Amino acid sequence: MRNGARQITVWIDGKEVTVPEGTSVLRASALAGVGVPKLCATDSLEPFGSCRLCLVEIEGKRGFPASCTTTVEPGMKVKTFSERLAGLRRGVMELYISDHPLDCLTCPADGDCELQDMAGDVGLREVRYGYAGKNHLQAEKEKSNPYFTFDPAKCIVCSRCVRACDEIQGTFALTVEGRGFDSLIQPGPTGEFLSSECVSCGACVQACPTSALMEKAVIDLGLPSESTDTTCAYCGVGCSFHAETKGTTVVRMTPNKESLSNHGHSCVKGRFAWSYASSRDRVTKPMIRKRIEDPWQEVSWTEAIEHVASEFLRIREKHGRNSIGAVSSSRCTNEEDYIVQKLVRAVFRNNNIDTCARVCHSPTGYGLRKAFGESAGTNPFDSVDQANLIFVVGANPTDGHPVFGSRMKQRLRAGAKLIVADPRRTDLVRTPHIEADIHLPLRPGTNVALLNAIAHAILEEKLENREYIEARCDLTAYAKWREMILRPENSPEAMGPVTGVPAEAIRAAARLYATTRPAAIYYGLGVTEHSQGSTGVICLANLAMLTGNVGLDGAGVNPLRGQNNVQGACDMGSFPHELAGYRHVSDETARRGFEQAWGIEIDPEPGYRITNMLSAATIGEFKGLYMHGEDLVQSDPDASHVIAGLRNMELVVLHDIFLNESSHYAHVFLPGCSFLEKDGTFTNAERRIQLVRQVMPPLCGKQEWEVVQEIAQAMGYPMHYHHASEIMDEVARLTPTFHGVSFEKLARLGSIQWPCNEKAPEGTPVMHRGEFVRGKGFFALTGYVPTREKVSERFPLLLTTGRILFHYNVGTQTRRTANTTWSKEDLLEIHPSDAEERGIRDGDKTELRSRKGSVVMRCLVSERVAPGTVYATFHFPENRTNVLTTENSDWATNCPEYKVTAVQVTRVFEPVRAEERENGKPAKRREIVPAAGE
Amino acid sequence: MIEDLVQMANQIGDFFDSYPSQEEAVAGIADHLKRFWTPSMREKLLAYAEEDGRELSQPVRSALARLQKPVAGA
Ligand code: SF4
Ligand code: SF4
Ligand code: SF4
Ligand code: FES
Repeated sequence: MRNGARQITVWIDGKEVTVPEGTSVLRASALAGVGVPKLCATDSLEPFGSCRLCLVEIEGKRGFPASCTTTVEPGMKVKTFSERLAGLRRGVMELYISDHPLDCLTCPADGDCELQDMAGDVGLREVRYGYAGKNHLQAEKEKSNPYFTFDPAKCIVCSRCVRACDEIQGTFALTVEGRGFDSLIQPGPTGEFLSSECVSCGACVQACPTSALMEKAVIDLGLPSESTDTTCAYCGVGCSFHAETKGTTVVRMTPNKESLSNHGHSCVKGRFAWSYASSRDRVTKPMIRKRIEDPWQEVSWTEAIEHVASEFLRIREKHGRNSIGAVSSSRCTNEEDYIVQKLVRAVFRNNNIDTCARVCHSPTGYGLRKAFGESAGTNPFDSVDQANLIFVVGANPTDGHPVFGSRMKQRLRAGAKLIVADPRRTDLVRTPHIEADIHLPLRPGTNVALLNAIAHAILEEKLENREYIEARCDLTAYAKWREMILRPENSPEAMGPVTGVPAEAIRAAARLYATTRPAAIYYGLGVTEHSQGSTGVICLANLAMLTGNVGLDGAGVNPLRGQNNVQGACDMGSFPHELAGYRHVSDETARRGFEQAWGIEIDPEPGYRITNMLSAATIGEFKGLYMHGEDLVQSDPDASHVIAGLRNMELVVLHDIFLNESSHYAHVFLPGCSFLEKDGTFTNAERRIQLVRQVMPPLCGKQEWEVVQEIAQAMGYPMHYHHASEIMDEVARLTPTFHGVSFEKLARLGSIQWPCNEKAPEGTPVMHRGEFVRGKGFFALTGYVPTREKVSERFPLLLTTGRILFHYNVGTQTRRTANTTWSKEDLLEIHPSDAEERGIRDGDKTELRSRKGSVVMRCLVSERVAPGTVYATFHFPENRTNVLTTENSDWATNCPEYKVTAVQVTRVFEPVRAEERENGKPAKRREIVPAAGE
Repeated sequence: MIEDLVQMANQIGDFFDSYPSQEEAVAGIADHLKRFWTPSMREKLLAYAEEDGRELSQPVRSALARLQKPVAGA
């Protein structure tokens, strides 16, 4: 694929076709509707020219050039078929086939093999060389990867896999060893995928034209017969997949080449780790119990829904309108999140709705709205291709957002500059063929200090973009901000010691960021999960405005959202102060729209946030909670506060696919659906709305929105949706930024980036072009306030947290898949000097203690973290991060300060089990009594 | 619960500390409390400020004085 400005006209077998300069003859032929046999070429990779199958004749040129590596020239006349060409191609195929097992009938790729197709295409009828010569037919299969196998006997050494791993994934795990006939594909020095650098993204499997690289599921189940397009339910990249099935069994998920979020790439989670959906742990029947000490009792849907409805009504009657509420989930669809907040606003009749985005990206919504006027990232993922500088702050895209991480690496290999601000040396800082120009290893909790100092240096060295600021920003606010930033306390020299980063490095970063255009900022939870999370987001927005980097391609301020639908959950009005489309509940016009549509009055005052609900519960003012797809005990800060709140409630309803940690404190369990069982939409980190399509019927018999609707009806409120699409129609009607969205249009266009309305009928890839949504860009003041969490003699180290590629959040899904092959436990990274001081060696079990509690983890001695900082992942329930983390939270949004906890690390010999540390008896509380008659 | 509210309010106060004038800081705090806190939370903090208020920073107290009674539809 080449994008040249000049158009060139050529003739392929007499057919005229006009293509951009730089297009290959092979591609031009395809565009002219002429198929040319090929093996080593595929449209997702750079041409290689090794198989010699795509030979053509070109008028005026000698010989038979390979069409995949020959580019078009004006007036070129190409012949793709002749006797000579046919003979040559047959010769090539004969050589391949003579070293290929002829077990097509029993081969898992039978019917889906390009070698087979090509043999047919070139009319191969005999193999003159016979099969007795030297060959690889007896070579052993390599099966170490849990999801795919490598069969060298089937390999034609086209090196598509090697190129996919290099060019698309950027891992460089595969090599071609040996030459000529002896050449072999080699995954790492041991010859094993599992112990190699391979991250199991599946790109090589996708690229392989034969069954040499093959999904184990296809080998076991056979080729799928149907395919449904849907969206990955793991991270905020929102990769689109073809869910390929046999009946209602998913055989494989293959990444969608047409999708603008992933362009045919995937990571190990979306591509392979979906078997949790059919895990035996799934609970598929509703259950209730009187007291949380009782065993669960299975009941019918009717009984469960009537019970939930009557209990909520009873509590509201007894304790008042504000005594009940709900928490929704960023893993759920937009339609589910919308209907849950509608349940709260229209049926519960209050604004006590919050979402788990509270604990990850609520500062993004607050900060970006304040600066630009819209609570969302500015640019599409594709825009990274135009960035000349990439500034990554508190994000680890290669692990957290792998498909976008690969994309970013492609751009970096092509020459974009890179600045990374992260307490830890993430993979991006040094990875094959990439080295960050500047790494700022700041002390956890000092983002604002660092970003203010960068702004100070830019202003002091007069590197700001004055023209942009004058044209596009609020100059009064800018003058105030400028005065504050230029105060000596914000200089790199003053902030260097605070952040632990030398002043010169801060200045170098400032210069590089301000002088390389366009420059794009990407940030993650390492910015938001701080007591100054919102301030940190504002700092990033200010830096981008200061340098004129908002509203253009290759630039912007781009949050990398953790969960699949964080953006969507926020868009749908899941916060207690906002209606769908980020309109404050005090906004009369917005309220009136919903009031008329819903036939009720909406409370103009904000409702409780999650933490407020729990606090109110402890003093007896909040009594009933509907938890939709959410696990507060596992994921909210300060576990003891959460548990105390839940224990004090009269009704805790949990709607989920598994019995999670919060289920110990629930009175009702409503079984939910995996994403494979749902219809709806997810919105990824670039505001891209994409369809989630039902691939198999819900195991529990009902989609989640139907259950919410039935609760509403049982509480006396009429709701009559027949399909998730009707919920989106209502969102579109009532939300200006969604006016043009519908399932029909999503199906037609593949995806839509909101705002999508009369002004932008097909959506808006880059926001704030020409003008900010709020009019003038606003520089809010960003004074640095140190966190209250400080190291002390008792807790001398700072703990920061992160995630690894193979697991996702608290691991509820990934731990139920073969992804545990790579990572069976959480690890604590500690610097060699800190380890030595404590007599800790690599692999030792250590106790990690904060003023809140302790967990036990194996440790990894590593120079990736600076002395004084330790880093841990929290994917396994025995190590709940919130046992350690404090009650500190972002000043503006209460997003918990997960990224800074003062701790001590000591070596232990006897690990303490998580359950022993807790006061409950989970085993008993998980008991289930089947419904009568079963 | 009141300790949580006091801490949260003081933290909001700290953010507005970098504002050049006390007037702007107080207005900012009051606006934030009105936009993001439930009436019952504001009432609790008001009651505390009237009774004791020792733990609250000065700008927060001034902001609360401005809020006196939560205004519906604010
Ligand atoms: S494994 Fe597949 S893609 Fe790789 S060289 Fe062999 S045939 Fe080609
Ligand atoms: S699965 Fe991905 S990382 Fe592993 S070898 Fe294949 S392309 Fe490379
Ligand atoms: S990058 Fe994210 S959305 Fe894409 S497959 Fe991986 S987990 Fe799914
Ligand atoms: S497809 Fe052109 S040389 Fe292989």
